[in-house]
Amino acid sequence: MILAQTTEPFIRWSWVWSHLGLFWSRTVEHLVLTGIALGIGFIISIGLSIVALRYRKTYAPITWFTGVLYSIPSLALFVMFIPLTGLTVVTAEIGLVSYTLLIFIRNIVAGIDGVPREVREAALGMGYTPRRMLWEIEIPIALPVIIAGIRIAAVTTVGLVTITALIGYGGLGQLILDGLNRLFTTPLIVGAVLSAVLALVFDYGLVLAERALTPWARSKATIP
Amino acid sequence: MIRLDHVSKVFPGSDKAAVGDLSFEVPAGEIVVLVGPSGCGKTTTLKMINRLIEPTSGEIWIDGARSTQQEPHVLRRKIGYVIQQIGLFPHRTIAQNIATVPQLLGWERGRIEARVVELIELVGLDREVVDRYPAELSGGQQQRVGVARALAADPPVLLMDEPFGAVDPIVRAHLQEELKVLQARLQKTIVFVTHDIDEAISLGDRVALLNVGGVLEQYAPPEELLRAPANDFVVEFLGSERGLRRLSLIAVDTVPLERGPFVEHDSTPDHARSVMSEYGTDWVGVLERDKLLGWVWGADLVGSRSIVEARPKPFSARLDSTSTLREALDVIVTSKTQVAVVVDGGRYLGMLTADRLNEALLT
Repeated sequence: MILAQTTEPFIRWSWVWSHLGLFWSRTVEHLVLTGIALGIGFIISIGLSIVALRYRKTYAPITWFTGVLYSIPSLALFVMFIPLTGLTVVTAEIGLVSYTLLIFIRNIVAGIDGVPREVREAALGMGYTPRRMLWEIEIPIALPVIIAGIRIAAVTTVGLVTITALIGYGGLGQLILDGLNRLFTTPLIVGAVLSAVLALVFDYGLVLAERALTPWARSKATIP
Repeated sequence: MIRLDHVSKVFPGSDKAAVGDLSFEVPAGEIVVLVGPSGCGKTTTLKMINRLIEPTSGEIWIDGARSTQQEPHVLRRKIGYVIQQIGLFPHRTIAQNIATVPQLLGWERGRIEARVVELIELVGLDREVVDRYPAELSGGQQQRVGVARALAADPPVLLMDEPFGAVDPIVRAHLQEELKVLQARLQKTIVFVTHDIDEAISLGDRVALLNVGGVLEQYAPPEELLRAPANDFVVEFLGSERGLRRLSLIAVDTVPLERGPFVEHDSTPDHARSVMSEYGTDWVGVLERDKLLGWVWGADLVGSRSIVEARPKPFSARLDSTSTLREALDVIVTSKTQVAVVVDGGRYLGMLTADRLNEALLT
């Protein structure tokens, strides 16, 4: 073992080239795990945010509960659900989703709270129903703040997915775990680098999405 | 037509009424201005008309129907609404902002586009602003967009809550004039809220002067309000320049003009002198038929063989029949002859003196 360690190069490129297919499938798995977590987390958060916005008293309990979820160490959270849902993708996603909630809800609520009072008054005064106003006026105006939340949640989730390798998922996290188990640095480094790149790609993609979705927010900077 | 029938509003958690037992009627096609000190419930009253605030008791009738007969959002789509902070949608272009209500009503695209162009022109905006966002426009332009947006679906009723309160005085005066011109064309039924008595007097066909707690102190056309204030509160609110404000509401053509010391240009100096002594002036006006040539000092006629030889000077300011008595007063106090001459084109109609203005106010 000691011998192997000394003769093993930091990155064995031949192994890298022969395992490109594996990297690809792990990356796709990583993306899927992240995407599902963000998607489900966002849908739940929208629902909880609407409740919190309509019934203000529920906002404190909602942020308290999602705050507790957020503060549980990730590994502990995954392990906690194993007796209930086993070593399944459901266990992994429950953990991942629960970490996104606090971030999403805070940003959605803050974004919609930031919609100017007079905009709301004008919208209602011209005959918007509250529901239609939420989707056509309030959420679009809150979008920059909401997307800021999605960016934080996305980067966090890409990182957390690697930990789900410990319960048998993990995408690129599996490469890292494999490297650690075998004291083989090549997959470890490839996994770490690719997950970091993935996080950056997510972040940049969301920046581009924000620019495309909120052209009006940019024009603000050009007011004479 | 809008009718408030014993309307009151008590906000939850308050023991005093914000508006107490208010009744008045806004005739179709007129501008009624609600004016009063802060806390008089003028904005609350306005918002009860489009049900942004629900009355505690009483009824509001709009064009013969109870306001509560339909869903609030259906009612509001038929009532234009303009507020001081404008409340344009920052994420929508000017065209999309203006198209708000037509879109809510489900108009077809072509009809909406045509309407937007029409409105842009109606409120005097440049056509190139349609694709900009609100943040790129000046305050005055934004308020024009606000008015265009309120007029988009051609609602018979318009509610305006201090619409010009946030723009500077020059732009405000301009927007007020534009609103008058617009109203002359559109004949909307408008309820307009302001705390500025001058704005109320200048815009209102009628003024509802409210006191704290939504008490209607007087409801009258501005001229009547100024001429016959109902009580001390009204007098105090109207301020110290009531007479001047009244003058600004009376048009020159509603007052009988004086002929004045005017003679034909081919009259003799002797005749001119006798006209001057008849009127007790030291000047005489000169006409050619009924065209106004100017005036000369009596002293300049001495030794002249004709009036024309004394070289009549033009009047420095002349009014036409649409001028107000306030403008007439300005001419009177700034001209050497101490009168205001009124012409129609070049034709001399007559003149006004300070005594005439005084009579006009006292009758």
